[in-house]
Amino acid sequence: MACIEARGLRKAFGTTIALDGINLRVEEGRILGLIGPNGAGKTTALNAILGLTPYEGELKVLGRDPWTERDQLMRDVCFIADVAVLPRWISVSQALDYVAGVHPRFDRAKAEGFLAKTTIGRASKVRELSKGMVTQLHLALVMAIDAKLLVLDEPTLGLDILYRKQFYDSLLDDYFDRSRTIVVTTHQVEEVQHVLTDVMFINRGRIVFDCSMEQLESRYLEVTVHPEHVAAARALKPMQERQVFGRSILLFDAVDRHQLAALGDVRRPSIADLFVAVMGNQAGQAQGAAR
Amino acid sequence: MNTQSNAIPESPLESHVIAPAVIPASRRMYWSVRRELWENRSIYIAPLAVAALILVGFLISTIHLPDEMRAALALDPAQQQELIEQPYTFAALLLMFTTFVVGVFYCVDALQGERRDRSILFWKSLPVSDLTTVLSKASIPFVVLPLVTFAVTVVTQGIMLLLGSARLLGSGQSATLWAHVSLFQMSVMLLYHLVAVHALWWAPLWGWLLLVSAWARRAAFLWATLPLLAIGILEKIAFNTSHFAAMLAYRFLGGPEGVASSGNRISMASLTPATPGDFLTSPGLWIGLAFAAACLVAGVRLRRYREPI
Repeated sequence: MACIEARGLRKAFGTTIALDGINLRVEEGRILGLIGPNGAGKTTALNAILGLTPYEGELKVLGRDPWTERDQLMRDVCFIADVAVLPRWISVSQALDYVAGVHPRFDRAKAEGFLAKTTIGRASKVRELSKGMVTQLHLALVMAIDAKLLVLDEPTLGLDILYRKQFYDSLLDDYFDRSRTIVVTTHQVEEVQHVLTDVMFINRGRIVFDCSMEQLESRYLEVTVHPEHVAAARALKPMQERQVFGRSILLFDAVDRHQLAALGDVRRPSIADLFVAVMGNQAGQAQGAAR
Repeated sequence: MNTQSNAIPESPLESHVIAPAVIPASRRMYWSVRRELWENRSIYIAPLAVAALILVGFLISTIHLPDEMRAALALDPAQQQELIEQPYTFAALLLMFTTFVVGVFYCVDALQGERRDRSILFWKSLPVSDLTTVLSKASIPFVVLPLVTFAVTVVTQGIMLLLGSARLLGSGQSATLWAHVSLFQMSVMLLYHLVAVHALWWAPLWGWLLLVSAWARRAAFLWATLPLLAIGILEKIAFNTSHFAAMLAYRFLGGPEGVASSGNRISMASLTPATPGDFLTSPGLWIGLAFAAACLVAGVRLRRYREPI
């Protein structure tokens, strides 16, 4: 069974179309990165998946309709919507008590274990903690919940790099096993690259790119082309061309590696490079359509 | 029997893997109400502070108690009773007023505060339904505040009685005090008043405030009060009548059996419907309760759609 399955998912706010008929399928045990510019519809898509907003179209999360069956769904789904949503008045021990009191799948000992690795005191209130510590606390609470789906919307926004790295490391080491599914949105593409198993780009309410990391590594290649081969390289229809220190770097989709090796230095593109290429093409198409 | 005992050693492991993972609704409700008390400590701190103030004031006033008692004894029995009971009634009224104000401020903020500080996103990430959340918040004015008021008032009156009788011990008037102040009777009356008026008769007030709190993006207090004023003014200008204002006045100052008919005499009896029977059969009570229920249903629905502000 797919963890998340959407067909023709649509959501409009007045005349603004936030989701324009999205089709997606996330299998169990994947870590999906949902990447897109601001206002692309990432958060709206996540809100629909989490049953926080009504939508048009078909959507099943763990086999349930998230809007009508939200109460049952939330026993198996957990999310960090944003940093700094923990109530400022709550103390660490109260937060543990409360989650243990209401969540059937919360393992308090596990949460205490995660907290023991931090400098967070049990009696401190959230308002007294630094932003990084609040995130650590939230992550400790969430990771101690035995959920089937974990959704993270910009979980590291506003954190310094040490906390960001720590965040994803502990997510992989202490939480992820092959049976859970994680969906994460972020701006900091480079930092999640090594974490993800799948990546989707979303732009103007549509999924514009959907690929597993294995596919991504085998399909896409970036070549720093020797000046004398530029014309030959362009003939192979690159997705994108850019200039760095006076040399042309071309990005290819599904072109034979040996063929490219003859033209220059071949390497794997980063998600960020691909993102720029895909989004650049999107913008180009949009301009073309406008003309 | 045998199979059962064999199965036991496996159960801890098994239960970890396929735990039925069910938390009864009552337990989620319990933790949700506790959560409200953690966040809104004024629910019990304000009445306790007022009770302390009352006791300090009363302690000072006991200096003149023996003289007052002698003066009171010269009056006829009905006036005697009233005069001697007056500080106790006053303490109860003050505490009820305090928790009423706490209740109003609590309700106005209850469903707006969590959206303002974005913590609604955290609460919604846990398996607690909107219905449970709204009911737990409604339980504060409907159940918790009346109970807190009752407990604090009875204890305060008890301490006052002890302080008074200690002061009168020397003059041999202690017995008179106990004869005139019936703590039990006052408590029964107080409980009846709290249930009948604070919880049931004022139910539409609590329902309305919670609804506005769930709906308003800001200035919930103004949204809760100004539209009522506007309706009253509109009615006055358009029809030169004041039925709406009269209805509100009836709801908050009066009630069935003319709850506040008593002019200047302050006593609990004058603020409480005369008999439970008349009260329970008055249509006003049931219309109010239906209105409150409608507000809560609307509040639950609104909370589903609401996002942080």
